[in-house]
Amino acid sequence: MNPSITFAAKQNFEEMVYLTRQEHFNAAHKLYNPKWSKEKNEQMFGVCANENWHGHNYDLFVTIKGEPDAETGFLYDVKKLSIMIKELVIDKLDHKNLNMDVDFMADKMCSTENLAIAIWQQLSPHLPADVKLYCIKLYETQRIYVEYFGD
Amino acid sequence: MSNNKVAVYRKEHFNAAHKLYNAAWSEEKNKEVFGLCSNKNFHGHNYDLEVKVVGEVNAETGYVIDLKLLSDLVKAEVLDKFDHKNLNLDVEFFKSLNPTAENIVIVIYNILRKQLNEKFDLQIRLYETPRNFVEYPV
Repeated sequence: MNPSITFAAKQNFEEMVYLTRQEHFNAAHKLYNPKWSKEKNEQMFGVCANENWHGHNYDLFVTIKGEPDAETGFLYDVKKLSIMIKELVIDKLDHKNLNMDVDFMADKMCSTENLAIAIWQQLSPHLPADVKLYCIKLYETQRIYVEYFGD
Repeated sequence: MSNNKVAVYRKEHFNAAHKLYNAAWSEEKNKEVFGLCSNKNFHGHNYDLEVKVVGEVNAETGYVIDLKLLSDLVKAEVLDKFDHKNLNLDVEFFKSLNPTAENIVIVIYNILRKQLNEKFDLQIRLYETPRNFVEYPV
């Protein structure tokens, strides 16, 4: 077989890979809109509006996509990804009060939806150009999770 | 003599805020002993609770205990008091007791023990996270 034909075929082959790092953090929060009365908050958010907070064990899945580097075989160094998530996200959220202690959640409603979007915004600018953030998947409980794809 | 004792279990869960803090200690000592868990603005968990009841299978019903009754009991006596609450601020048992997983499991046992017929054995397992859990009594 002519080796150049094999090489040409490989060049056209798609090699997009998705890589996910799983993390977790424990935090307190409440769902409470300060523009509304206590009654309206309780009507809308129910037990989640408890003024003294409640809390969750959050599970976080960060998925990036790209093509493996020809020399390393890596899409991205997972150690670097792990440190990035730890410093930009986990250290700021773990064992914290999401409403009171987290700079990037200030003035936002601390829903799982908003938290997933904010985590995307924390991480996205720090990835190299050839590595794209694909999905932030965030579990608030084992049975409730949200996904954000940057749309 | 035949032994027809069976263990039946009811699994429940609740979400709560807490902090580990000994008011008799300085801020520094609390941080040293309890680390991140002493964060003054609290943090929180999804707690998973397993209630184990051991007893003889009743000849007429085939039950050890009606699990609907056990479920209603756990809901009224535990979940309604703990779920979506701040354990330190909202739950009377922890006004002067540090809400560690150890103390929470003892409190839950004592609450349920009072309500259950003494012919049953009772044991509680409490998960604070999927990897940290406690059991009482042992």
